[in-house]
Amino acid sequence: MVAQRITSTSDTRRSAKHAINRAPSPLIAGGVPWVSVMLASLITYSPVIASAPVLPPLAFMLFVAWRMLRPGLLPVWAGLPLGAFDDLYSGQPLGSGVILWSLTMLAMELIDERFLWRGFLQDWLAGAAIFAVYLLVGAGFAGLASGHLAFTPVLPQLLLTIALYPAVVWLVALLDGLRLTRFRSF
Amino acid sequence: MAPSKDRRPGYSRRAQYGIFTRYVVAVFGVFVGFGLLALSLTDPGAFSFARGTAAEAARPIGEANAVARSTGQDFFSAIAGYFQAGQQNAELRREVEAARANALTMKALEDENRRLKALVGVIEADRKPVAAARLIGSTGTSMRRFALLSAGARQGVRVGQPVRATTGLIGRVLDVWPSTSRVLLVTDPDNVVPVRRASDGLPAMVTGGSDGTIMIRLINTGVALVRPGDVFLTSGSGGLYPPGIPVAVAVKTTRDGAVARLAADPSEAEFVVVEPVFQPAAEQDQQAEDAAEAAKARVP
Repeated sequence: MVAQRITSTSDTRRSAKHAINRAPSPLIAGGVPWVSVMLASLITYSPVIASAPVLPPLAFMLFVAWRMLRPGLLPVWAGLPLGAFDDLYSGQPLGSGVILWSLTMLAMELIDERFLWRGFLQDWLAGAAIFAVYLLVGAGFAGLASGHLAFTPVLPQLLLTIALYPAVVWLVALLDGLRLTRFRSF
Repeated sequence: MAPSKDRRPGYSRRAQYGIFTRYVVAVFGVFVGFGLLALSLTDPGAFSFARGTAAEAARPIGEANAVARSTGQDFFSAIAGYFQAGQQNAELRREVEAARANALTMKALEDENRRLKALVGVIEADRKPVAAARLIGSTGTSMRRFALLSAGARQGVRVGQPVRATTGLIGRVLDVWPSTSRVLLVTDPDNVVPVRRASDGLPAMVTGGSDGTIMIRLINTGVALVRPGDVFLTSGSGGLYPPGIPVAVAVKTTRDGAVARLAADPSEAEFVVVEPVFQPAAEQDQQAEDAAEAAKARVP
């Protein structure tokens, strides 16, 4: 008991001492990416009642960031369930997200194969291209549903999305650290 | 970043097949997506049930956010209020004087109107609002303009009913679920509202531009010009929207009408009111349509 109390005051020692009998929970380690993307899909319920497409597609940004930061954590088919879930809330015609999210995962496989050694700048560029295709094609699908095709309202949203991407990557990195928190096993 | 190694798992057949299956499912996902998209484009109500379940499940989050929104507004307006209190007081006093005079005139006009209506024999049913509710969400990332309402079938909301704020029209109910419903906002390109100019009754149509603005299109072009500042009200034709609800204020004149802004900003309304459909005939048409849709949905 005494030893524990002493070590808890010193931070550097603590992690090493507490590592005994403590392990990351496999449920949390695998589940955080899924849950974080699904929670971001609920951005629809943000306090802003929007009269134009002004909010960045946060769920999709998190999805891409997880895929870029931790390849292999989300399986290749993850676009199917997560895209469908996002469609239920985003207001896009159902299926638009399923197509685009699935294609994104396949496109990321190609990008991984072509550009093996990349830094963040290249990732950001690839992300910008993916977001441009995602928003423009998404606007096309929405236009098919409403009968009025328009792409210009998407452009400010696209700029915002690209500019916010580093912040989302930072958030994902933070969650990635929390993901492997060690819990005491009982 | 180093290339990931899980793509070449070695000689294990099981691991190789596992990776192959994952790619098959991913490609399958794209095809499933196209199937779903085709279905939802041909029959917009096809996935209403799934959307409804999702909306009902997330309703508490929206409710909490809506409360946060209104308290946030109150907080800032309360601070701003301290800075303008004196000036505002004087202004308000002047306005009240003017309004009192106006109210008397209105009262006289109302009396006269009632007498004339009785003379002509028009009987107007007293329309009571169906429900008052909060807007708990909107599709801020999409090009479509939907909002979610915190009232549903249990509160008496039905498909097609107009939704309004105190200052003007918000939209109409598109899907109804037990305690939430989906509203097609006036700013959606799919929403067409028949309107007339408040000053002279010039008929026009309002359609959404999905970028926050709305377009006023005159029905008879070349007859009159829309001037910036003109107010347009619902005309009541079509039977869905009751007449006299403010919809749009013209901002910039165009060739066949004007670019306008909304009379009622949905983000500023703390509560919105769902009103009954103006003419029961339109409601019956809507109900027949719903029944047909429900029948279609029941046959898989």
